[in-house]
Amino acid sequence: MENVISVKGLVKSFGRTRALDGLDLEVRRGEVHGFLGPNGAGKSTAIRVLLGLLKADSGTATLFGGDPWRDAVSLHRRLAYVPGDVTLWPNLTGGEVVDLLGRLRGGLDTKRRDELIERFELDPRKKGRTYSKGNRQKVALVAALASDAELLVLDEPTSGLDPLMESVFQSCVNEESSAGRTVLLSSHILAEAEALCDRVSIIRAGRTVESGTLAELRHLTRTSIHAELAGAPNGIASLAGVHDVVVDGDRVRFQVDNAELDTVLRALTTIGVRGLTSQPPTLEELFLRHYQKEEAAAA
Amino acid sequence: MTGTWHLFRLALRRDRVVLPLWTILLGLFPGLVASSFASLYPDPAELAKFAASMSNPSLTAVYGPVWSPTLGGLTAWRSSIVLLIVCLLAAFTVIRHTRAEEEQGRRELLGATVVGRAAGLASALLVLLVAAVVVGGLTAVGTAAAGADGGGSLALGLQYFLACLLFGAIAAVLAQVAQSARTARWIAGAVLIGSFLLRMLGDAGGDLDSPLSWISPIGFLQRIRPFADERWWLAAVVLVVVAVLAAVAYRLNVRRDLDAGLIAPRPGPARAPRALLSPLGLAWRLQRSTLFGWLVGYAVLGVFLGSATDAAVDAVRDSPELADAIARIGTGTSIADMVIATGMAIIGIGAAGQGVQAALRARGEESALRAEPLLAAAVGRLRWASSHLLFAFLGPALGLLVAGVFLGVGYGSASGEGAGAIGRVVGAAAVQVPAVWFTVAIVVLLFGLVPRLTSLGWAVLAFFLLLGQLGAILQLSQWALDLSPFTHLPALPGGDLTVTPLVWLVAIAAALTAAGLAGFRRRDVASGG
Repeated sequence: MENVISVKGLVKSFGRTRALDGLDLEVRRGEVHGFLGPNGAGKSTAIRVLLGLLKADSGTATLFGGDPWRDAVSLHRRLAYVPGDVTLWPNLTGGEVVDLLGRLRGGLDTKRRDELIERFELDPRKKGRTYSKGNRQKVALVAALASDAELLVLDEPTSGLDPLMESVFQSCVNEESSAGRTVLLSSHILAEAEALCDRVSIIRAGRTVESGTLAELRHLTRTSIHAELAGAPNGIASLAGVHDVVVDGDRVRFQVDNAELDTVLRALTTIGVRGLTSQPPTLEELFLRHYQKEEAAAA
Repeated sequence: MTGTWHLFRLALRRDRVVLPLWTILLGLFPGLVASSFASLYPDPAELAKFAASMSNPSLTAVYGPVWSPTLGGLTAWRSSIVLLIVCLLAAFTVIRHTRAEEEQGRRELLGATVVGRAAGLASALLVLLVAAVVVGGLTAVGTAAAGADGGGSLALGLQYFLACLLFGAIAAVLAQVAQSARTARWIAGAVLIGSFLLRMLGDAGGDLDSPLSWISPIGFLQRIRPFADERWWLAAVVLVVVAVLAAVAYRLNVRRDLDAGLIAPRPGPARAPRALLSPLGLAWRLQRSTLFGWLVGYAVLGVFLGSATDAAVDAVRDSPELADAIARIGTGTSIADMVIATGMAIIGIGAAGQGVQAALRARGEESALRAEPLLAAAVGRLRWASSHLLFAFLGPALGLLVAGVFLGVGYGSASGEGAGAIGRVVGAAAVQVPAVWFTVAIVVLLFGLVPRLTSLGWAVLAFFLLLGQLGAILQLSQWALDLSPFTHLPALPGGDLTVTPLVWLVAIAAALTAAGLAGFRRRDVASGG
């Protein structure tokens, strides 16, 4: 499948700080790609390189097959961007900013604009300086979503939005995705990525540490099992790949490496299963495990 | 006012470079001027003769009266341009530590800690007091050390001290009234220009106690008359005014909400007009009120200067001694041309200020991260930058044209010279344009190559101003004076029009601008943090 974004070994330093340290990223046409990492991991820097605002020190980045630095203007006609830190002109109204940004990237669907303003409950008549952070975010979101861009680049787009608006945002992204648009969604909110993304890349300290579909990522990790057994869960704890075992009478709770799932289930059925719930790992757990592992390695 | 002391120390730390720089440099200036005069005219009689030749209406209009034909008196008179800069910087300092902090949201962060509502204002006024003491103290010590009369030096230092406090206190009120720091700075600048104009018009007529000069804050401060029967009691009046202004600022501050001004914002249009929908349309929207402000300023200044010129001509006609003194300077130009040329030189610097301000707007937009969404849309870097630079280059040119026309009309109608005056005066205004462009081009170069230092553009402008106004008095050598583009302009009206330096200035300005824009295309766009 064709890649909309393709980044290899990207390096960008600011003075002595290495913001990007060999980043890799591939975003395929039509997918919603989660770009995950904690604050300061280099997500915004990578996005700014992709937008041609920053010049990479080394590595390659292509956007729609073009050079984001050299072909900035023509590439930008095909994408819409929501910055992580939205600042508006103090004396322009929200509606004016939506129209301006829409026009400058090449056009805006006015019907969709009005519909989005309504859905996000945005007052377009207020001046930029009087908007709260959440409302500034909405202005940028409406401007981006009302465009007919092929690619949406969203840098932590829901920071400052309340849960209601967050769900409006999620349904909007789903609509964009079913309309065939590609979305790069940077976030540190894992529930959001989990709800929206087809594939994710996890970055840390300017380097990609994991990339793939959620299913693939989960495969590499553990499932949580709650089981109610016919007898005492003897021997479970000593099986390979079983972790964090908590025994409570005939009930047992543990995590198991997905590769060992088969063996462990067989052991459980030997004892006799009365009830069983299994839970795939949440992104949260993936994330924490990854970071704990890295920290442990660093220590 | 809990927490004032902490905020005061924070403010001093934040201002640890700029504050010492301007207070010490400007505080040292009167002393430097005094020692220059002392070495130029060691003999008091020569000094008095020089003072007499300087007491002509054109120079009185610009600098104010020479109160005493002594070393100190001439120093006080010639440094009056420095006094204006002190007033402006005092006002900017207060706004920087009050409204600007609040606008950036930093006041909110601190306001949630154990800090009283008025602590921000109080700490800014303490910073102002420190600045005033440094400027005033250095002025008094410097002039006295150069050999001027001790009591007079003290009065001159007091004048600088009070100027700081007065304009700082005015700015403190403006910072409460205006909702943005830019607006507050703008009004403070207008107040200063207004009081300069009032004093100019008052003093140009030769009446040293004209009511116009007395109601002008600058004129009032100058009427403390350092070195000539000092009127110490005027200092008490100024201190009362300062106290009242501080109290008003305090009242406004404790009553209003965070981020609020006196004027409530109204809702605007929900749709953008077509004219807004381009980088240039946006730049026009962002720059137009500033541009209109400048144009009104030029028109007013032109009319005032036109009338002042006429008043000066009348004063010379009525006084044979003055006519004699002017003949002795012997430049061969008429008194009217002298006044207009002196005024144009100052308007030229003002126009350069307008250009620097408009060019800095590009950098301001960039560092506020407001360039980012535009550059992430289908807008090239050159297109975005030139939308603002257009205002930096054409705005001052338009302004000088307006100043020239209004000055020409004002003088032409008052003197009866009529339309002929307009052409001459507009020509004098037009020759300022290359020097203005040169100054703006330096800002563009900084913007493109060392963006962090773009605001040094103001320092460059101040440097040119001081070279032009005080360079000759400080006996700087010609190569130093030649650093300022304004040195190379022909003295019009009255002098010869030499085109070569103008062509060179424009060519260098074009080269610097091209280099700056090329640099901007190659560099990273500011990404905050």
